[in-house]
Amino acid sequence: MINIGEVLLNLWNTSGFAALSSGFFTAGGWQNLVMIIIACFLLYLGIVKKFEPLLMVGIAFGCLLTNLPMGGLYHQELWTAFMDHNSEFYHSYGAIMREGGLLDILYIGVKTSIYPCLIFMGVGAMTDFGPLLSNPKSLLLGAAAQMGVFVAFFGAVAMNALNDLLGMTIGFTGPEAASIGIIGGADGPTAIFLTSKLAPHLLGAIAVAAYSYMALIPLIQPPIMNAMTTPEQRKIKMVQTRNVSKTEKIIFPIVVTIFVALLLPDTAPLIGCLMLGNLAKESGVTDRLSDTMQNALMNIVTIMLSTSVGATMVGSSFLTVQTLSIVVLGVVAFGISTAGGLLGGLIMCKATGGKVNPLIGSAGVSAVPMAARVANTVGQKNNPSNFLLMHAMGPNVAGVIGSALAAGFLLSVFG
Amino acid sequence: MMLTSTASVDLVNISMPNAAIVAILGYAVVFFGLILLMCVVMAMGKIFIAKDKKAAEKAAAAKNGIDAVPVAPHTKGEIVLPERQPAPGTAGQLKLYDTDPKTAAMIMAIVANKMGKPLNELRFISIKEVK
Repeated sequence: MINIGEVLLNLWNTSGFAALSSGFFTAGGWQNLVMIIIACFLLYLGIVKKFEPLLMVGIAFGCLLTNLPMGGLYHQELWTAFMDHNSEFYHSYGAIMREGGLLDILYIGVKTSIYPCLIFMGVGAMTDFGPLLSNPKSLLLGAAAQMGVFVAFFGAVAMNALNDLLGMTIGFTGPEAASIGIIGGADGPTAIFLTSKLAPHLLGAIAVAAYSYMALIPLIQPPIMNAMTTPEQRKIKMVQTRNVSKTEKIIFPIVVTIFVALLLPDTAPLIGCLMLGNLAKESGVTDRLSDTMQNALMNIVTIMLSTSVGATMVGSSFLTVQTLSIVVLGVVAFGISTAGGLLGGLIMCKATGGKVNPLIGSAGVSAVPMAARVANTVGQKNNPSNFLLMHAMGPNVAGVIGSALAAGFLLSVFG
Repeated sequence: MMLTSTASVDLVNISMPNAAIVAILGYAVVFFGLILLMCVVMAMGKIFIAKDKKAAEKAAAAKNGIDAVPVAPHTKGEIVLPERQPAPGTAGQLKLYDTDPKTAAMIMAIVANKMGKPLNELRFISIKEVK
């Protein structure tokens, strides 16, 4: 007859509760516990405060799953071996498929950069490049707003010098610094794309920082906008731009793909997918594909991307001074990018004799359409009859191309 | 040390001067790329504007041609139709941009309801979808 006591004992021994009670916390498990608390806090931010909930909830839940003992959903050691030149599992997806858990398998999509590219396809299918086409000068604002990417990159490298001076142990390599800098582009998929290639061990921290700051745009940007512009400048009304023909909208994604892929081939996956999505939308003959890209595909990829990125937030590697530095450098990058865009807007305002409202420059930080909405809101606070949304959408979508170009450049240097 | 060749420079433990060069160069490349793209888009826009202008001129010329056609004198017993005039009480034509008539009718009804005025006392000139 079956020994019920033994069965129950086995059940207990294989449970996470047993792991918790048998020295889990003394063996570094307290870090997992802290991560579980962080995961719950991120869930609170996503659900209650509605900070980018579509991504934040998935990231937080992935973090929760990966830090629970005995779950076996994600194995960091497998990925360490995957990256180790001397390991027999070096670049072996077979080993991951054979020995990995659910989140390991989902993470392959991040590792191979499939998810960020598919997300970009969905973004392309949802984006109207009309405002950019009617005012091509807004591309300059998209470029100006990439300032934070490169300042934060330099700042991260400069921290190494501080180490020598102050005897600290915080330091970033060139590829790590490049991955941190791209947070300033305010573009989640681009940040994940670059980090998964240059510094995969920082992926969790960088993704959380990037998406958190994107969610906090309405709080981060307005003080900088108010500090850098005068009330008179914020009141400037912009004239309506010309109507863009359908043919122009169809030709644009084809031209951009050819042009950007030739200029920076490393950007081709991101820009190619972005423009494929846009072409599907604008061509008018692939409505079913466009609909799938915008909705079903985007939602499926978001689930897999967010959960697997959250899974990389393992306590032992996440709770470090490095992570804190990334959070600080990320907000610096974001702030400087906003300032860079505004500076571009101010120059354009002067150059056009006050025809351009400098606030639209702040929308150059990508983060479509949140940044454009913030520019519109701040403009309306100073002049309720001022509608800047359409004018800000130009720099906003230019920022997407700009951040992809910045990522392509950093990848070509450090990749 | 100048960043002359990425192969000869340690980019993992990158020095501050090299990082500064990479940062400045990167920013410049982004600007260069987007300025070139701006030129391409501007050229594209100019071609399309010129094309639209030509089409508009052609249409105008065709219209003038029709207007210039001499009208034959009326023969006895022929019914002469009056020139097309808007119906009495009409507020003119409503221009719709990216909006279907059903949505436009709904919007007009909502506006009239919110304003507390009958629909026939309001004049809508155009309705445009803000994307």
